Amino acid sequence: MQHCTISLSGETLFARATGALWWPAKRLLCVSDLHLGKSERIARRGGTMLPPYETRDTLTRLEAEIATLDPACVVSLGDSFDDGAAAHGLGADDRAWIARLQRGRRWVWIEGNHDPDLTGIGGVHLHSLPLPPLTFRHIAVPGEAGEVSGHYHPKAVLSLRGKHVSRPCFLHDSNRVILPAFGTFTGGLSWADPVFRTLMRAEATAVLTGPMAHAIPVPRTRSA
Amino acid sequence: MATLPPLFTDWFAARGWSVHPHQRQMVEQADAPALLLIAPTGGGKTLAGFLPTLAELADGAHKGLHTLYISPLKALAADIRRNLSTPVAEMNLPIRIEDRTGDTTATQRKRQRADPPHILLTTPESLALLLSYEDAPRIFAGLQRVVVDEIHALAESKRGDQLMLALARLQTLVPGLRRVGLSATVEDPAAIARFLARHPDPCAIIHADPGPDPDIAMLRTDAPPPWSGGGAAYAIPAVLEQVRRHDTTLIFHNTRAQAEIFFHNLWLANDDALPIGIHHGSLSREQRTRVEAAMVAGDLKAIVCTGSLDLGIDWGNVDLVIQVGAPKNVKRLVQRIGRANHRYNAPSKALLVPANRFEIVECVAALDAVRARDLDGDPRGPGPRDVLCQQILITACAGPFEADALFAEVTTAGAYAALSRPDFDACLDFVATGGYALTGYDRWQRLKQTDGLWHLRDPRAARQIRMNIGTIQDTDKLKVRLKNRRGGAPLGEVEEGFAATLTPGDTFLIGGEIVRYENLREMTVEVTRRADKRPKIATFGGTKFATSTQLSQRILRMFGQDDWPELPDHTRAWLHLQRERSRLPEPDRLLVETFPWRGRHHLCVYGFAGRNAMQTLGLLVTQRMEAAGLNPMGFVATDYAVLIWGLTPVTDPAPLFQGDDLRDGFETWLAGNAVMKRTFRASAVIAGLIDRVSPGQRKTGRQATFSSDILYDTLHKYDPDHVLMQITREEALKGLVDFGRIEEMLARTAGRIDHVTLNGVSPLSAPLFLEAGRVPIKGMATERMLAEEAQRLMQDAGLSQMMEDTA
Repeated sequence: MQHCTISLSGETLFARATGALWWPAKRLLCVSDLHLGKSERIARRGGTMLPPYETRDTLTRLEAEIATLDPACVVSLGDSFDDGAAAHGLGADDRAWIARLQRGRRWVWIEGNHDPDLTGIGGVHLHSLPLPPLTFRHIAVPGEAGEVSGHYHPKAVLSLRGKHVSRPCFLHDSNRVILPAFGTFTGGLSWADPVFRTLMRAEATAVLTGPMAHAIPVPRTRSA
Repeated sequence: MATLPPLFTDWFAARGWSVHPHQRQMVEQADAPALLLIAPTGGGKTLAGFLPTLAELADGAHKGLHTLYISPLKALAADIRRNLSTPVAEMNLPIRIEDRTGDTTATQRKRQRADPPHILLTTPESLALLLSYEDAPRIFAGLQRVVVDEIHALAESKRGDQLMLALARLQTLVPGLRRVGLSATVEDPAAIARFLARHPDPCAIIHADPGPDPDIAMLRTDAPPPWSGGGAAYAIPAVLEQVRRHDTTLIFHNTRAQAEIFFHNLWLANDDALPIGIHHGSLSREQRTRVEAAMVAGDLKAIVCTGSLDLGIDWGNVDLVIQVGAPKNVKRLVQRIGRANHRYNAPSKALLVPANRFEIVECVAALDAVRARDLDGDPRGPGPRDVLCQQILITACAGPFEADALFAEVTTAGAYAALSRPDFDACLDFVATGGYALTGYDRWQRLKQTDGLWHLRDPRAARQIRMNIGTIQDTDKLKVRLKNRRGGAPLGEVEEGFAATLTPGDTFLIGGEIVRYENLREMTVEVTRRADKRPKIATFGGTKFATSTQLSQRILRMFGQDDWPELPDHTRAWLHLQRERSRLPEPDRLLVETFPWRGRHHLCVYGFAGRNAMQTLGLLVTQRMEAAGLNPMGFVATDYAVLIWGLTPVTDPAPLFQGDDLRDGFETWLAGNAVMKRTFRASAVIAGLIDRVSPGQRKTGRQATFSSDILYDTLHKYDPDHVLMQITREEALKGLVDFGRIEEMLARTAGRIDHVTLNGVSPLSAPLFLEAGRVPIKGMATERMLAEEAQRLMQDAGLSQMMEDTA
């Protein structure tokens, strides 16, 4: 299965196995937490020098999604760049690549906590994007409805006949959907983390990404 | 030539001791640049190592650090300090002795750097850390000697490689430094000598009197061992009887799981309530310390243990060593036997307990090897380059360096003597710039070159580098605690992978207790005690050693005999039957049997390449069978054979074992293999690409950290020839994949394949069928079913006449 269909505020959305969200009615493609330039930021901060290929890999996968779906609008839900300097530190090739992807469609960068300053990169920069009945923002706000957000990098962790499986996942309930991170160098936060207990309703569903999309109910938290 | 001062000879005389010849030789040759002492345990080895130091320091003229002592165990450093304080106090020598390990307080460490003692006792990791400080030249000024204890153990690991690179650095700081190595009995002393000495310096070797031959035998029991399995439960009564008859017995096992199971069974049968303890690496430190203390106090009659007691404190009152399960490796067996009877010139007493029928053959072969003093060991190959990368980082922390000088320095370490300049430069480039095909970090290099000297771009990076020093792999372990018991000592640790397989209600053994898995809470496995049930699983931790090449060869040569009077009758008859029905494997040929059984076609390959290589061979051959449409369904591997089953008969097995095809298949298979990812992770941490993660960080790191598998996949996709990918491959080949031994098998048999087609299970392959259902323990019902299954299988194999003795 390439996607699982989910419903939010009456709208039909496809949670894709790639980790992107597709809104067919608006031909809108939404990805979250690209963290472009992450290896550059870590090197700059005096950390280790990770393989500098994550921008190329992330853009390659994003390009494939755009080629498949031909969206009218692309929304990047924040933390698109690992920090402001990472956006400015992007190579000329990568800038040209992004500009090529943007051509002929609307492109919205939602501001995340990592990238408040995105001057110099094409596209519209917004704090949040209301498209009734849905709202796109970086971090989920408790009590909101029809909300599409990212930030937390949720991942599903489960044991299948003794085999440990961990996959980035969408979390979905009647009020919101939280997207997995689309960036290559991104870890995840377990779906069992207490933060999701306060944000998500008890009957939340996860859509696991990977070779195929699988919808699995989020396990009810044990009394711990 | 130095002699021992009268003060010392008087002290020996006063204690009623005589100076051992090797102790005298150590003093006489104290000026040698490198000196290796090979001595059995209990031969006064440590004192021999320190006598020259004590003699040189006796007049109180030396200022600052004189001797550095390095041991693989923190506990040993503390123990040696206590032991040395006796002669120092009794001879009233003006000598300050201190230890420095991960347990030393920050204040103490600071003081040691400002004012080093005469003798500093430490570990390879603490030494590497000291060398990363800018004031290292001042700390080590005046250093005369370095004593490396248990060098035979260090020489087998990356810790030893790191230590030797550290000694190379020390030697640059203090050119006159003399090196001393203390080793247990090894198969190739010259190799250890090359490892110790500054290349190409010579290294004198002193052999202490090895003492009398050990008194070693195979335990004969009324009940013969079962056809397969590793529990050795049949031997419990006989082992208890031996424990009763001796003062203190060490009962060694090859894996932690086997030790737990055996300990559990021992207690069930221990009607006299003999005090018996358990000791292995998965138990909590508190628990291990308690057992060690009870042992020193003489409160225990026996300890069930694993390799965790291969090294360490000498216990004088151990008078028997029992090895349960085939020893796999003759050298380790000899070193274990040496743990018994530490009185010099008294024979060590040891018993081997084969866990199954095939292990009888292996035990007899090992006994022959011990009697012939024919030890085994595989040469380790060139020094690993991930350790070299770390050494470059450590060097940069201490101050600017010149590439030529550092290359000259590291190639004085024996394991790195053959390191090529391009290979070195690739490591330096990796450390400095990341070494990627895509140059991304012009501005953010880790090391910069200024006026020909390499230095840290950002000196603050030194802190992070220091936190990552060391080569010990911490597999992710989780603590096991009793539920609803706040505080208190944990029961032990299990590997994260094992914890992931547990579902609430599963029971397993830890520290000899059966516990029930309840839940995972904040990276702790919570359990409750279950006294009433048999454990379901106990498969955590522990390295599975492969039978050594030499021991495998001995077994193959034994198979060539006309008869085996040295074997018990049941085992002897088994081999005769194999010869009659099929044939026995030969050293220079590859025996392949094919036969139908229970509607499946079976193929059994007697490669004798050790467990890891046979496992790899099984993967490769089934992959080729799959491609050839032979429908393989599964396989099981042991140290000597791999048994494959499937739906289609194999009529011509020879093409499956063609070297070039196997190698091609191996390359493809290796790249996507989990072993590679695990190896990559270990090497990436050592080489400084990713940080060592402490449990605390893991909890708070949240989404900031991501799996090293992603890095591996990224490099594999975009930069497959990156130096770290090369290193990963080099390391994987040596380790779990062990393709080297498949190569050895292919070279040895050179296409001489004996294909025997049979109507049913062959006698030698029969035990492999029982391996197939291998789960270490299940309740008695399973035991009975297994026994019935065993009986039926044996009947099919024509072994029923021998079944009476297993009934």
